Amino acid sequence: MSRTAPFRLAQGGRLIDRAFQVPFRFDGRHLRGLQGDTLASALLANGQAMMGRSFKYHRPRGAVASGAEEPNALFGLGQGGRFEPNQRATTTSLLPGMVLRSQNCWPSLDADIGAINNWLSPMLPAGFYYKTFIHPRPFWKHVFEPIIRRSAGLGKAPTDADPDRYEQAYAFADLVVVGGGVAGLEAARDAAADGKQVIVLEQNPVWGGRTPVDHDGGEAVVEALLTDLRSRKNVTLRRNTMATGLYDHGYLIAREALADHDPNQGIPRQRLWRIRAGHVITATGALERPLSFACNDVPGVMLASAVRDFIVNYGVAPGKRIVVVTNNDDAYRTALIAQKAGLEVVAVVDARPTADGELPQAVRALNIPVKTGSAIYKVKGGRNVDGVALCKQAGDPHVTETLDCDVVAMSGGWSPVVHLWSHCGGKLNWDEAEAMFRPNPERPPLGADGQGNVTAVGAANGDLRAAGDLESREQPTMPVWVMPQNASYKQRSKMWLDYQNDVKVSDVELAAREGYASVEHTKRYTTLGMATDQGKVSNINGLAILSKSLNQPIPATGTTTFRPPYTPLTLATIAADARGDAFQPLRKTPMHTWHEKNGVSWEPVGHWRRAYCYPQAGEDRHAAVNREILAVRRGVGTLDASTLGKIVVKGPDAGKFLDMLYTNVMSSLPVGKCRYGLMCSENGFLMDDGVVVRLTEDSWLCHTTTGGAERIHGHMEDWLQCEWWDWKVYTANLTEQYAQIAVAGPKARDLIQKIGTDIDLSQEALPFMAWAEGTIAGVTARIFRISFSGELSYEIAVPANRGLEIWEKLHEAGREFGITPYGTEAMHVMRAEKGYIMIGDETDGTIIPQDLGLGWAISKKKADYLGKRAQSRSHMTDKSRWQLVGLESLDGRVIPDGALAIDQGTNANGQKKTQGRVTSSYYSPTLDRPIAMALVRHGPDRMGQELEFPMPSGEVLKARITDPVFYDKEGSRLNG
Amino acid sequence: MLILTCPYCGVKAEETELAPGGEAHLKRVGPEGDDQQFEGYLFARKNPKGVHFERWRHAYGCGKWFLAARDTNTLQVFGTYKAQTPYPTDEIVAEIQKSRPDWKPDWSAAE
Amino acid sequence: MADALATITRVEGLGMIALRADLARAGDAIAEATGLALPAATSITTDGSRSLGWMSPDELLLILPGAELAEAQQALNQALTGEHALIADVSDARAVFDLVGAHAADALAKLAPVDFAALPADGLRRTRAAQTAAAIWRIDGGYRVIGFRSTGDYLATVLNNAALAGTTLAAR
Repeated sequence: MSRTAPFRLAQGGRLIDRAFQVPFRFDGRHLRGLQGDTLASALLANGQAMMGRSFKYHRPRGAVASGAEEPNALFGLGQGGRFEPNQRATTTSLLPGMVLRSQNCWPSLDADIGAINNWLSPMLPAGFYYKTFIHPRPFWKHVFEPIIRRSAGLGKAPTDADPDRYEQAYAFADLVVVGGGVAGLEAARDAAADGKQVIVLEQNPVWGGRTPVDHDGGEAVVEALLTDLRSRKNVTLRRNTMATGLYDHGYLIAREALADHDPNQGIPRQRLWRIRAGHVITATGALERPLSFACNDVPGVMLASAVRDFIVNYGVAPGKRIVVVTNNDDAYRTALIAQKAGLEVVAVVDARPTADGELPQAVRALNIPVKTGSAIYKVKGGRNVDGVALCKQAGDPHVTETLDCDVVAMSGGWSPVVHLWSHCGGKLNWDEAEAMFRPNPERPPLGADGQGNVTAVGAANGDLRAAGDLESREQPTMPVWVMPQNASYKQRSKMWLDYQNDVKVSDVELAAREGYASVEHTKRYTTLGMATDQGKVSNINGLAILSKSLNQPIPATGTTTFRPPYTPLTLATIAADARGDAFQPLRKTPMHTWHEKNGVSWEPVGHWRRAYCYPQAGEDRHAAVNREILAVRRGVGTLDASTLGKIVVKGPDAGKFLDMLYTNVMSSLPVGKCRYGLMCSENGFLMDDGVVVRLTEDSWLCHTTTGGAERIHGHMEDWLQCEWWDWKVYTANLTEQYAQIAVAGPKARDLIQKIGTDIDLSQEALPFMAWAEGTIAGVTARIFRISFSGELSYEIAVPANRGLEIWEKLHEAGREFGITPYGTEAMHVMRAEKGYIMIGDETDGTIIPQDLGLGWAISKKKADYLGKRAQSRSHMTDKSRWQLVGLESLDGRVIPDGALAIDQGTNANGQKKTQGRVTSSYYSPTLDRPIAMALVRHGPDRMGQELEFPMPSGEVLKARITDPVFYDKEGSRLNG
Repeated sequence: MLILTCPYCGVKAEETELAPGGEAHLKRVGPEGDDQQFEGYLFARKNPKGVHFERWRHAYGCGKWFLAARDTNTLQVFGTYKAQTPYPTDEIVAEIQKSRPDWKPDWSAAE
Repeated sequence: MADALATITRVEGLGMIALRADLARAGDAIAEATGLALPAATSITTDGSRSLGWMSPDELLLILPGAELAEAQQALNQALTGEHALIADVSDARAVFDLVGAHAADALAKLAPVDFAALPADGLRRTRAAQTAAAIWRIDGGYRVIGFRSTGDYLATVLNNAALAGTTLAAR
């Protein structure tokens, strides 16, 4: 089994360990790589040059690159919940037992039926879908879209939940250096020597960038730098960490691979770093550009740098006979390295008229033919490169000779990686000499102080010869955007720009002809640069073609917007720990566990969980609610009201303050009494309601709705801090300090007395809307005689830690009274039976108290309160505003919540006019009939009139307008 | 994601620790205001590309509301100051004019 | 297998009093009533089992053994008679956790947007821990985290997740 893979070189491979073989499966075949391999190097070593099929034409594709820019070599990786599509073979480390699946082909990579699109390619130009599937209109939804959807999308989405853990962490540094090549490490060393806290991020498992591959002695230079940095306490070197985006004020997001594809380690798979950097240095290097020649997508056509990476880093020969094609000196390194590794370099094809730099001379010295002024006419082959036909770069293209080869190593020059620089507003300059966009140092991204907070260094700054003394003297690059210069249409329609999305030179030209002059429009029309690689190797070539087609210089065309992330992030990494129990905070009341043990059916209210009802065996929720209501009305029930907001407002000016906050007067409330109050926004609309309690001469306790506690507390602090800051008022949100239990029903008094209290509960001592302090069952407590159910009712507040104990004592003692816990729905129905409004049901942010018959709770005497001015606007005083009424269903059916009452006539859209809306609607077990509350135009003046509510089914429900108080209008029960 | 320094506690808080509160230095119009004044108070909001004054609350910190002067385009922060300030302070104005020499206050400091 | 980054313990039985007052005027009286030095902004003073934390320019949090609560509340009420102040028992409204261990700061770095390395020895930082409000300060061998009672279980969950064995933030 220790057979050497056919394309593994006998020697070399600085990153692999030949002692450790790594078995893996590729499309069902059992293969072996070596420890240190990437998926791409392992597949190439096994002679598997074809790694996938293209998205649109299903053409055979192999790895073009060796790093994060790879557009073709994407696999479905893993199984079950750990399956992930579009995993980049060039950056994924090979681990034992990995399972790879090729994508975008059926039934198999070799025999793919979709490849018929390749033969149809002349019929599938840019904008094909936009043009073709317009008519007839109905066909889009029923015919075209389903077909297109089935064939769309690259890779398959996983179907199971991701079982891996992810986490995130914050970090802070004076300087973050992105990129661990020589330029980045040197920048880190200099900053560290100045005493700065420095973090260095490197996307790969190894340090050094291109230098160890491209330069003899490069590895030693990198090692020396690392030794220096590792000795410094103020430097953190973090490998396997991809800086994906740079945001406002030096906020850098990076993804660290901790245990990628290796669940056995038992630690989170990836960590999302949220780094706040005082300054960022981008040392992100440059990406080599492909050349646009005919059939530049055949497996075996690779970037020149990738060819030498595979040889030097992994001891893998991408092929045995190599043709190098270039417009610059750098690619000659590939010829030198390949020859040294024992591979045949058939020729170097150089588009430039002359090539006399040090590197070309060194190549010639090895007797490798250098063909200047030459171009590739066409690549031969289908699933592998068989050879190349050559021609002259300039002039009329005709084939001059044909060379046999199995690899074409191409180099169209280099583009600095300016993504992070650009994410946060850094501008670019076009460098004519090197044919590239490079950072404009005059216009960097700005920090909070308005100064530049990003510096680009090395190749990322356009300095392509960053290795200093190791560099050789090179001659200039010659921009070559199409090869040969005067290529025919047939050739241009086989020149791939964006490999993954199958966008060719001819597509961009077509877009330009059809008027897509903006690079952003051309991008979307052709899909250039919209694939998972975001056009890392294709964008510059594409916009050069667009510029040429538009007869304008490249800077006039500009680039598309660089947006994060630099490479894809899985959603799980972004969510990090926030899933399952940690998805969002769940707020629990002190009695939460009791509800759980007693069969609660929960209702989420904000982040709280409240008991909706407690269904018993054989009961659905509806039946449980009805039972709970009747139990309260006939005996006694308890509601966990702990979630209600409880805000203490204290100080010499507290009364004045509350008179501004509430629509009625709170300053006149006597100590020992409670008063219902409404709060409005400055826009006049109802925002919250609740019972206000006068605790002492200078302090009040304001109850808010469950969802309102934090909001109303913030509202109070806002007015106190920003408007009336000279008023002497302090507030404290004590919502969670107390457990609050509503004990409601005719037996409420008997029950509380039974568990023991020193508070006199009699009607005389503690009438409706009074409160008292004392002990209940030995626990310090306040009792508020308030009622939302319409029954005799006491709300008991005890310290939260004692809440469960008191609740349990009530239930223990209450058996003889038939005590029943009731939930929010029973509460809702009972309050509707009483005609009490509910914030969020009767109000929706556009309702003023006057709409709800709450005029009695609005002071006429007060000169001012929040919302008063707004409520005097003409629209607010309009008599035809919809007003609160009750509804009686004519046929005994419950009218759905939100149903609209229609009026005569139609509006401008031909819709029936409306004259009212149902705001709350329930079956009332107390009355054994449906009840509803509604807002109706002139409603209170129309008692007894009938309204019609058309249903989506076509039938019409009818209801009669009534008083909104359905039960115990005189209030004898709550005074009981 | 912005960083603003709370002028009350000195904490350099990031945006997730803060709650935004819209335009600063609004003057409340109460029952005595006419329709036009009231409309301006309630609805008319500046939306400049450039220097702007905003309300922020150090919600996950000391709970205090403060004001920030910043450039909505470049995100430069000229300074933060206490909410109990009827107009941007002279220091804030000086800081803005340091990098925006042509910028002029649009209020009269009569009050 | 490696140990968790920190031992996380829920602390019960603490008394806590929220105090709002003009600290410039009432500071001395509060210091005397509590037996603790008045903390500077964003810091906490501690003496034995009592601590006094600065929560806001006009708010302090007194933390002490639960048994001493009533007496302390009375002392404060007395000390601040005639002063505009708000004194509230908030003992039951909080959930308190101690994180003790060599890598406690790493666990916190996963939850709060705060540079804990820069937190002074007597620093008190109010911030958020994941999605819930928290106040954090140093204790012997680690940190104390105070959050709200209702989200106490959530806070325990995210703290324990953050302290998972084998997940220190050291570069690897």
